[in-house]
Amino acid sequence: MDRKDFLEKLMPKSLKERKEARRVLDEDTPGLAPFNITSGVAPYTGGWTDEEVIHLLKRLCFGAPREEVEILKTMTYAQAVDSLLNTLNTPSALGNPVKIYSTNTTDTPANDPDWAVPVGGTWVNANTSSGTVNYYRRESLRAWWFSTLVNQPKSIEEKMILFWSTHFAIEFDIVDNARYCHNYLKLLRQYAMGNFKDFTKAITLNPAMLVYLNGYQNTKSAPDENYARELQELFTLGKGPGSQYTESDVQAAARVLTGYQVNSNTVTSFFTASRHDTNAKVFSAFFNNATIHRPLAADGPLELDDLLTMIFNTNEVAMYICRRLYRFFVYGNISTDVETNVITPLANTFRTNNYNIKPVLEQLFKSEHFFDVLQYGAMIKSGVDFTVGLVRECKINLPPQSNPQLRHRHINYLTASFLSGQEQMLGDPPNVSGWAAYYQEPVFDKSWITTDTFPKRQALINTLINSGYSNGGFKMEVNVVEFAKRMSNPADPNVLIQDFNKYLLRRTLSQTLRDNIKRDILLTGQITDSYWTDAWNAYIQAPAVLNNYTVVNNRLKTLAAYFLSKLEEYQLM
Amino acid sequence: MAFILKPFIGTNMERRKFIRNTALGTVALPGIFNGFGITAHGENSDLGKLYTSTVPTDHVLVIVQMSGGNDGLNTVIPLDQYSNYFNARSNIAIAQNKVLALTGTLATGLHPSLTGLRDMYSNGDLCIVQSAGYPSPNFSHFRATDIWMTASNSNEYLTTGFLGRYLNGEYPGFPTGYPNAAMPDPLGIQFGSATSLLTLGPSIQNGYTISDPNSFINNADGGEDVILPGTPANDKLIYVREISKQTQAYYTVVKNAYNMPGNANMVTYPTGSSLSNQLKIVARLINGGLKTKIYVVTTGGFDTHSGQVNTNDTSTGAHANLMANLGNSIKAFHDDLKLMGKDNRVLGMTFSEFGRRVKSNASVGTDHGYGAPMFVFGTPATGGILGANPVLPAVATVGDNLPMVNDFRNIYWSIMKRWLCQDNPSLMEVMVRSYTELDVCSNTDCNPGGRLTNAEQNLVSNYPNPVIGITTVEFETDGGNTMLQLVTHNGEVLETILENEYPRAKKITVPVDMGKYKPGLYYLRYENGSKRQMKAVIKN
Repeated sequence: MDRKDFLEKLMPKSLKERKEARRVLDEDTPGLAPFNITSGVAPYTGGWTDEEVIHLLKRLCFGAPREEVEILKTMTYAQAVDSLLNTLNTPSALGNPVKIYSTNTTDTPANDPDWAVPVGGTWVNANTSSGTVNYYRRESLRAWWFSTLVNQPKSIEEKMILFWSTHFAIEFDIVDNARYCHNYLKLLRQYAMGNFKDFTKAITLNPAMLVYLNGYQNTKSAPDENYARELQELFTLGKGPGSQYTESDVQAAARVLTGYQVNSNTVTSFFTASRHDTNAKVFSAFFNNATIHRPLAADGPLELDDLLTMIFNTNEVAMYICRRLYRFFVYGNISTDVETNVITPLANTFRTNNYNIKPVLEQLFKSEHFFDVLQYGAMIKSGVDFTVGLVRECKINLPPQSNPQLRHRHINYLTASFLSGQEQMLGDPPNVSGWAAYYQEPVFDKSWITTDTFPKRQALINTLINSGYSNGGFKMEVNVVEFAKRMSNPADPNVLIQDFNKYLLRRTLSQTLRDNIKRDILLTGQITDSYWTDAWNAYIQAPAVLNNYTVVNNRLKTLAAYFLSKLEEYQLM
Repeated sequence: MAFILKPFIGTNMERRKFIRNTALGTVALPGIFNGFGITAHGENSDLGKLYTSTVPTDHVLVIVQMSGGNDGLNTVIPLDQYSNYFNARSNIAIAQNKVLALTGTLATGLHPSLTGLRDMYSNGDLCIVQSAGYPSPNFSHFRATDIWMTASNSNEYLTTGFLGRYLNGEYPGFPTGYPNAAMPDPLGIQFGSATSLLTLGPSIQNGYTISDPNSFINNADGGEDVILPGTPANDKLIYVREISKQTQAYYTVVKNAYNMPGNANMVTYPTGSSLSNQLKIVARLINGGLKTKIYVVTTGGFDTHSGQVNTNDTSTGAHANLMANLGNSIKAFHDDLKLMGKDNRVLGMTFSEFGRRVKSNASVGTDHGYGAPMFVFGTPATGGILGANPVLPAVATVGDNLPMVNDFRNIYWSIMKRWLCQDNPSLMEVMVRSYTELDVCSNTDCNPGGRLTNAEQNLVSNYPNPVIGITTVEFETDGGNTMLQLVTHNGEVLETILENEYPRAKKITVPVDMGKYKPGLYYLRYENGSKRQMKAVIKN
């Protein structure tokens, strides 16, 4: 039994049952209607209005805060896409995950380096042998990751990192070493829009991956095929009709990959020639019966290059990766037309650019296909899309970085409490295949919404709007009045509702419904628009007068709850 | 000075729940019993059953919100000051001979279109609450509505609705653990796209919303916006809505109650009336067996700044239509419930965020003002008029308002106490501070909370106590059915000492011979209407 299977056995029953319940639901869900979007990768030529900008932001980033929409609107669509692809988070903005726990646990030896790390200081350079410390460090790492998502610049980078975390998936809880996991995240960031072939080599040798898929236990005397299989099945070739690697290819690749080990102090991997299999590795007809053979054990690392060159010489790598990107960013189901008009040309671009990722992204996000009006609102938000988007769009306040423990407790409410309930804990997809929404036909993103996850989304919204989440004297909440102030003309109830509609939903509500919302919520049953205008202006002129504030706050709370919780449209992006 | 007051929801309520659910340790265990080893009685003991036999109350409260500020002076008309009334608003005044007369009074009449309410008044099913309001009134629709919904003072900003606080106390922890066997249904049901501040509790909205009565009646889900079919987004939206419906714990129970076989409205309601459509649904949901405590229906258009009457006949026009709609809808609802046999369970109450000025304006309308009647209606309502007519100025000026006759919080308080059986600690939670109890509705059949209140009043006395032989029991019946029993501490009835129907209130003295019983603790069990009390008797 490999390590992963062993841990699966230890998995709490309820978690297993939840997964089982979802599997059953998936099977009961009718398949997709065959939508046919025939537009291809030709450059987009249409308008550049709020609609297109918001579509671009919601898909490439997390949420579309109005301020960002306004900035991108001043550019051309091509400039906007370039800007999102080329803007990177800075090391100083990212910082490092910090210690949010105390080292007072019984399983931490006296000489453990973690003792020397002060609360609020980063632990990434301090090894530890303590399981408890590692547990809290993983929490710290997830919270730090969540912070990077919330604080993202206008860039695709963070979304790409989330993509790679479901593509080259590991599970933090199984790797069970926070420094490895942090190192893994750094690697995802390094290659997020870089060269995919180099990325694949780096992830193969990444300590977290070597641990997660048993690569460090793969030796010539006892080959472990785990990584060799996933390298082909999940990471590069997939299992589409164009992928025809065989079981013997898995075994041969496993032998190529023998000999790597991990240094837990330096968080690096290294090659041990004596553990490497120096015999010839013969591959199937799919790989043109190639043989990989470097007789000198010390040349073992060159065999990895040979293996990747062989795999990347197939047509299928580019096709598979482009399909994965498409499913993550555009739409789950890939019709014959999309395969022909989108995936195939993207894959050509990928190959002709020597597997550099950015040209593919550029072609996809500047295409007619991406901006096809039928794409708007066609994806269901993942848990991370929902949560990070909510925090950013509504500017939900978090405790300052200067109080890391308090900040952590609040982020933990959104991650450990909420995201895990949405079945999308950062760094912990259900297995090495990543989250099912990004590959499981025919349901794809529908799998995010279940009778369990949906009411939890509504409950989170209602809590953050009505009472807020209070912990340690800090209240995290949706400040609905501040949200309204950020709209274009909050004094006009019609415009205010239009703006709520525009920035929060991907579909224009009917005039009837908007009128009803205005009458029932903003006008308290009246039909005179000026009642709201007067109330809003009174508040703006004298915001400290409690009466003025309460009148607008009460109504805006109801309005926000209606848009974010009651209207199912908010689940779409 | 303005301040925010946050009631301490939770603590007291849980304490109260604790009392109800566990001990009925009731009988307030007077000090003289100390040392007698009296055990408290949980619901499982016979005595507990004795107390809880009518718990929980199946009472329903229906709130009719008249949005916009109803012109109270043309709704309930002070005939005893008709000339002042006419002079103040001659362009909209109802002709004296058209005002509907009320049985038993010449001083007060109703708008000619309120025939439905007039008939209910004649049958004793309508309580007219004169000129309801609160000190330092606010004339903003928004702020005034919030005050009526939160039952706050004018300078106080509550974040929860009074019905939300009531439901929070009755069903603590909602929605965790709900629905459940004891409460399988929505706590409150309201209509409209907005969830109301009325039913907003400390952390959760306690109301279930039916967005669109017409869609609901047509068996479609209410409030869903139509979308272009055949797009990928449409496919996803339909999916999310389907899941959403499955997760709306109450979606199915509400539908099922409405569509229960044989469940139908028994009368014809006014057509084309949103208010009637809402009340029709409410009647069927009640008849369909929902245990829902609160329904909130709304009707708008009362903001009659101009053209509120037809000048050639002031008994017609916009306000007359509003009155007809209100009165006829409520009357149909009441008749419907009677034919369904459910009218004993349902009390209704109307409110509007404010009234309008005494003096009309030049555009044949009235501006935001103060004081408007409320109607408390239904079989349990105490028929009559609560309070005297507000006094009108001899020469009305633009700024003149009707003086407040009834604080609306007194009405809430009374309904909460008498109809929804809130005991004193709960009343303080719901109403924030104490108000005056008024006779707006019957106070029969309240739960042990209500009886605990009675216990404080010491309805029954006896002497001597402890007793060896004969003890003399004294009580004062309010009239009606009156019963006195002697029971063991386990609730077993030893003898029914007295069971009579008294035509009127009467003081009763009756000897009870305890000589034949062995020494121990016994109770006198007294019932008279809603008043019940257990009086401990020690036999030596």
